[in-house]
Amino acid sequence: MGLTAIYLTVREVQFVQQEVVLAMLAKEPSHGYELRARLRQALGPLGDAMNDGQVYVTLARLEKAGLAASEQSAGRPDRPDRKVYALTAAGQQRVAGWLAEVSWPRPDLTEFHLKLIAAAAAGLADPLAIVDTQRRELLRRLRDAQRAALAEPDGSPAGLLLEGIVLRLQADLRWLEACERNWTSHRKDHR
Amino acid sequence: MNDVGVPVLRVRGLCKQYGKGEGLVRAVDEVDLDVASGETVAVMGPSGCGKSTLLHLLGGLDRASGGELWLAGQRIDQLGERALARLRRDRVGFIFQAFHLMDELTAAENVELPALLAGRSARWSRRRAAELLERVGLAERAAHLPSALSGGQRQRVAVARALVGDPQLVLADEPTGNLDSQATVEVLRLFEDLHSSGQTLVIVTHDSRIAATADRLITMRDGAFVDETRLTGGSAGNLGALAGLAEPYEQEI
Repeated sequence: MGLTAIYLTVREVQFVQQEVVLAMLAKEPSHGYELRARLRQALGPLGDAMNDGQVYVTLARLEKAGLAASEQSAGRPDRPDRKVYALTAAGQQRVAGWLAEVSWPRPDLTEFHLKLIAAAAAGLADPLAIVDTQRRELLRRLRDAQRAALAEPDGSPAGLLLEGIVLRLQADLRWLEACERNWTSHRKDHR
Repeated sequence: MNDVGVPVLRVRGLCKQYGKGEGLVRAVDEVDLDVASGETVAVMGPSGCGKSTLLHLLGGLDRASGGELWLAGQRIDQLGERALARLRRDRVGFIFQAFHLMDELTAAENVELPALLAGRSARWSRRRAAELLERVGLAERAAHLPSALSGGQRQRVAVARALVGDPQLVLADEPTGNLDSQATVEVLRLFEDLHSSGQTLVIVTHDSRIAATADRLITMRDGAFVDETRLTGGSAGNLGALAGLAEPYEQEI
């Protein structure tokens, strides 16, 4: 279990595979297992969550959508997949579009913010207790992500991804400190 | 001395007060704490919450107004000044935010100094300092003055110095407080290494990264402990995904 279950979700992996598998094919026509190995190297310990079958499912979908085309290759007898996939012209266009796209995951702070407001307004729960619980959770994740990051050698691509996760968690923890200050003074004012 | 089950540090009802009457400030207010051998405990809290005062009390740098303090089974809050000074020198290692290295001494000399003061031979001290500088990755910088070292390197020298007397307890006050993010990573690696070598550590900090190297995290507010979190063992597996990610793996299937 560990990191993989924590940080990668099937939805995310599918996202990774749909768009990224296509972009990785742009380097050269490849077997499914070659793409899988490159993905795993880029993700390091986070790549353990990747379901190996997903790469093949995705390749089949991409082929069906006309974004990739496959050819039977001589292959090796010990490898069951003899298909070599390559980008089609439409696939190349899609990759170019995806690279140019500006997308960024949205931090989902609104729900937590409204949870505190609703809990305080209804007197259902102490907002500070909710903040403490959330902080405990984020600190555990920070510990796990940081240990994994420190275990990566310098310059490892997976280390860079983990560093990003650590920095995000730090930012979230700082926001929780601000929540704590706000709700502490709120409580003092309403005493 | 290190009997199994006897905490390295045991604190009961520890208090530190300043002022009187209306102006009374409870900087540390009835704190209880046990730190087991090999454990790393971090204390976090906003500035002014009393965490640095607490660390000074734990290390015998300051006297408590009340309460009891044991180091490896020995009551230390009632020791006289000389015994307390000896205890600080021989049994506790300190790491400070501002490094507190002697500017005129080389890295190696800074590390040797506490051993020489403790009556070790020059030869023993030199060898021990070389070992420790090797351990913190600074063997090649042993002859450098602190002014020729980066912030992260200075803090690593300070860590080596804290370890020279094989202390039962290492106390760190904002060890990453003066460092940029790259230097912080160097110090984080070193603290993880100390931890896995079985060193008992108490860190006070507001940096969540160094706090996350601990087994246990205590939140301090207005001089008192208000929350305790065990960071090791057991959160993994059913955690939700990080901000911006979807539901955990299992639920999606």
